[in-house]
Amino acid sequence: MSPAVAIFFVLAALAVFGSISLIVQREPIHSALSLIVVMVALAGLYLLMGAEFVAAVQIIVYGGAIMVLFVFVIMLLNAGEEERTNFSRLATFAGIPLALAVTGFIAAAIARSSGALPAAAPSGALTDTKTLSTLLFSDFVYPFELTSFLILVAILGAIVLAQREN
Amino acid sequence: MVPTNYYLILSAILFGLGIVAFVFKRNIIAIFMAIELMLNAVNLAFVAFSQSLGKVDGEVFVLFVIVVAAAEAAVGLGIIIQTARTRRSLNVERADLLKL
Repeated sequence: MSPAVAIFFVLAALAVFGSISLIVQREPIHSALSLIVVMVALAGLYLLMGAEFVAAVQIIVYGGAIMVLFVFVIMLLNAGEEERTNFSRLATFAGIPLALAVTGFIAAAIARSSGALPAAAPSGALTDTKTLSTLLFSDFVYPFELTSFLILVAILGAIVLAQREN
Repeated sequence: MVPTNYYLILSAILFGLGIVAFVFKRNIIAIFMAIELMLNAVNLAFVAFSQSLGKVDGEVFVLFVIVVAAAEAAVGLGIIIQTARTRRSLNVERADLLKL
């Protein structure tokens, strides 16, 4: 087993462990910390694939901004342990088969097309940030400008929604 | 050199776990985190395909997905704060009426 594959399995195990922990934990703050573990593991996988810029953005935006927002809201609302209800037991019968079916379907589709795709490039070999930014500001410049508008609308919406009514 | 299929299968597993979390969790904030987990799983597949095919387009899509996730988190958490204020509970089963 090459070092890259070994690193992949360590990071993949970390990501799956974090996801399971997100489901099992009853306190929302513990779920949020588990999600941060998943995001850092995914950033490591992006580095392994050679997508350095995406890895940095993953850490800064997901691990930093979005998760801080989550933890902030959890603390603001003083969210405690979640309660178990009858619908949780109903979800056991509907949810697990559904999730297994979706995962199995995707895995079967991947297995069927196995060998068609070349292996992901090792770190730094394929893309650099310069290529990415050139593409972003040439071919994708209109979607890029639209996202800035989207962010503006989202900021306005968040302010209006979170405002206390007088 | 890690085969691309490994990344894709990991992405499928994470997406499946996201669905399980979405169905099982009763806390509205935890359900929101499950959606973020599914978005992350899709991002992993995007980057894996991008690196495997030798095109950078997939990584640009990932940046757009992250922007949309950030906008979604801001608006969604605003809605959660309002729901928690009016219903005094974070349990989704308490939020079964459109109007109080």
